Amino acid sequence: MAVAETPPAAPVTPAAQATPIAPVTQVAASTGPLVPSGPPRDGPIPPIRAARTPRTDCKPTKAFVPEPHLDLSTYEADADLMTLSLGPQHPSTHGVFRVVLYLDGEQIVKAVPYPGYLHRGVEKLCEKLMASNITPIIDKNDYVAPMTNEQAVNMAFESLMGVEVPVRARYLRTVLAETQRVASHLLWLGTFGMDLGGALGGGTSLFMWCFRERELILDLFENLTGCRFHYNTHTVGGNRHDVPAGWPEMLHRTLGAIDERLDQYLGMLEHPIFSARTKGVGVIDADLALELGLTGPLLRASGVDHDLRRDAPYHAYAEVDLKVFVEDAGDCWARSKVRIEEMRESIRISRILVDNLPPGPICSTKPLKMVGQHKLPPGQVYVGIETPRGELGTWLIGGGANKGSSPYRLKIRSPSLHACAVIPYVLPGCSLSDAIAILGSLDPVMGEVDR
Amino acid sequence: MANYGTIFVLFLIAAMIALILWTLASVLGPKAPNPRKERPFECGNPPLGPVVRRVSVKFYIVALLFIVFDIETVFLYPWAVIFSELGWLGFWTMVTFVAILGLGLVYVWKKGALDWA
Amino acid sequence: MNEALELLANPWIHGFVFGAVIVTALMSVTAYITWFERKFAARLHSRMGPTMVGPKGLLQPIADGLKMIQKEDIVPRDADRLLFNAAPAITLFFALAVAAVIPFSPGLLASNLDIGVLYALAVSGLMGFPVWVGAWASNNKYALFGGMRAVAQAISYEIPMVLSALVPVVLAGSLSIGQIVEYQIEHGWFAFWPPGPGIFAFVLFMLTALAEGNRIPFDIPEAESELVAGPTTEYTGIKFGLFASAEYIHSLLASALGAALFLGGWDGPFGIPVFWMLLKTCMLFVGVTWIRWTLLRFRSDQLMALCWVYLVPGALGLLLITGLYVHVRG
Repeated sequence: MAVAETPPAAPVTPAAQATPIAPVTQVAASTGPLVPSGPPRDGPIPPIRAARTPRTDCKPTKAFVPEPHLDLSTYEADADLMTLSLGPQHPSTHGVFRVVLYLDGEQIVKAVPYPGYLHRGVEKLCEKLMASNITPIIDKNDYVAPMTNEQAVNMAFESLMGVEVPVRARYLRTVLAETQRVASHLLWLGTFGMDLGGALGGGTSLFMWCFRERELILDLFENLTGCRFHYNTHTVGGNRHDVPAGWPEMLHRTLGAIDERLDQYLGMLEHPIFSARTKGVGVIDADLALELGLTGPLLRASGVDHDLRRDAPYHAYAEVDLKVFVEDAGDCWARSKVRIEEMRESIRISRILVDNLPPGPICSTKPLKMVGQHKLPPGQVYVGIETPRGELGTWLIGGGANKGSSPYRLKIRSPSLHACAVIPYVLPGCSLSDAIAILGSLDPVMGEVDR
Repeated sequence: MANYGTIFVLFLIAAMIALILWTLASVLGPKAPNPRKERPFECGNPPLGPVVRRVSVKFYIVALLFIVFDIETVFLYPWAVIFSELGWLGFWTMVTFVAILGLGLVYVWKKGALDWA
Repeated sequence: MNEALELLANPWIHGFVFGAVIVTALMSVTAYITWFERKFAARLHSRMGPTMVGPKGLLQPIADGLKMIQKEDIVPRDADRLLFNAAPAITLFFALAVAAVIPFSPGLLASNLDIGVLYALAVSGLMGFPVWVGAWASNNKYALFGGMRAVAQAISYEIPMVLSALVPVVLAGSLSIGQIVEYQIEHGWFAFWPPGPGIFAFVLFMLTALAEGNRIPFDIPEAESELVAGPTTEYTGIKFGLFASAEYIHSLLASALGAALFLGGWDGPFGIPVFWMLLKTCMLFVGVTWIRWTLLRFRSDQLMALCWVYLVPGALGLLLITGLYVHVRG
């Protein structure tokens, strides 16, 4: 499998290397701003079609060119091949995502993913926004784990500007990141249950239970930041919101309650139907995982012991002995196991760190009075952190618009995009039911894939 | 035959219920046809290629198996009713019958006709 | 009064009265079963369930029914219109037709067929086919997959179901459900007596009833997360409602059949017989619902393997053991 064979749906970003990249690195100091590529668009803007006229001439706009993995013209099928579009309006694609499946009976012979339905041009938008505007926008990328998104982009700013983060803020960020990981994995477990057990069955029960526990964490975050979901609590140089009175006790209560229930979920892994549906399904071997730049639980479930929190510690991860869970099987069951075990470890770390929150300031920069406060110097930086989905990289070039307050370029290396790159490799040979289980176990967040 | 008469009446009532609901719906429901609405659902996309209405051969194998085993159970039913009157001869006859079918099932299984993947 | 009883002896009038009573009762019970199931599932999920329409949401089924009737009836462009429209009605028809031979109490049954068991299983087994017809007629890929799975599952699980229902027939020596119940009143319920084959046959019967009724863990035809809505993907409004209520009626009647064949039907320590029959039916239905909202679903090939590799040989063995028992008993 050469890199050139990577499907067009998942271009390999510069940062998609398997070897860990040191998290806060001055990659190269550029001399002055780079020249934007491509001429500015001019000429008349095409008229917008009247919204109320329904189109009746809808035809496939694209001829589906076979992927290099399989030449459909030479494939000998048992039955007539059927082309099925799974998504965007499908209950199990976890957002608006489309996979075109070529089916031989119920068996998939080829799968072509088509992301892009949720493309909002966030990276381009960031070139016009100032540093403090960017955080709430970036929140919406990985809308299942907004905390870690904020942290990634703010760490890139801090690294480029050379701003030091106070120890208390670093500890608090670790607690928030780990709690967010629990919430994110809980949501994954719930939706995975829906994939395996249907919207009108046991899967919903699992979904509801996971949401019940995730709500507790959202309560916790609301208590701290005032928001339940898009927090905007991180800023350049630290956090905005200090820990309110009684918050550590609340965290202990919440996480303790969740910790007790995790035993049930670990027990569920041994349930005959669950293991029958997940064991040996969607095996990603370590070579393929490294080739496609998988990170996070997906990589660890394939037997690669890699975790940025331990291998290149940021925040306060150097102060705790983090246990990294690795499974060798690389199937859906291993991915489930890794995620559920991670939840327990995250709970343990959060509870340790919140007890040892050092005193001191929460932010090293002055409270924000106006948006243009932070000037981004020229130069570029790449910061990778371990979000619940894997390595979230932020590549930032400073010295852009607004007198240097905006980035010249902000590129996000999202783990979910690389997870989607696995689809054409793993889905062929599975049945339609397995495909849903595999898609669920990859845990992609489309907001992050399409950005 | 009287019992079948009552069943026939029940059939009529059941059919009537379905018809009444259907008629009510067609009278009360709104009608706003729209070419997009009438397009087959394929997750919001225009359908890719035709619906292959031919069925994979695996389904035919299941159908064949079903016919074989269903006829077997049809034979078993009269046997079951007069079972106690038949004595041991009837029992061993049926054991032989079931054993032959069981052999057939094992054969089909080993041949891989039950592999549905 | 006597004249009225004489009138009831006429098979046509008897059929009309009991048919109307049973069908109407079934339809309304089915409506309220959806309310019960929603409340039950909500309790499992730590939710409230329906609360807004009427006290405790009790009018919710009526609101649902009215809503379905008022929905637009959409027929896809390339659908086979005749089959597409007819399929839901035929499904409901078959589901209701099973009710004819279920004895709710010694007197309360529409028709005392002497081949009641065979009739009930045959008619309920037919339910898979209109589903397939509707799915095929929809000209939709998801529906087609769902339909193929539905019919494959229906015919496969038909065999262990019929075989497990043979166990009470062998034990009682009759195909009439009423006589089977009376035999149990005399000799003890088949689920517990004789110990061994009875309880296994009962479990097998209820399992296959789950599969025939497309209930989790055997709901692969309608696997929402895979096939959107399976065979009913293209159906709107009341046509979808007909399919859904047929499924509920099927589960309910399968529970009733299980209660009659294995749990002694209307047999009870005191009180009126029909109460016991309904109680047992409801208990079995609660079990079915509980399983539905607890388990995940199998994959289609696992489902077929389970049927052909475990259930069919198991049912055959069970039947022979029962035969042996009856002979040894003499």
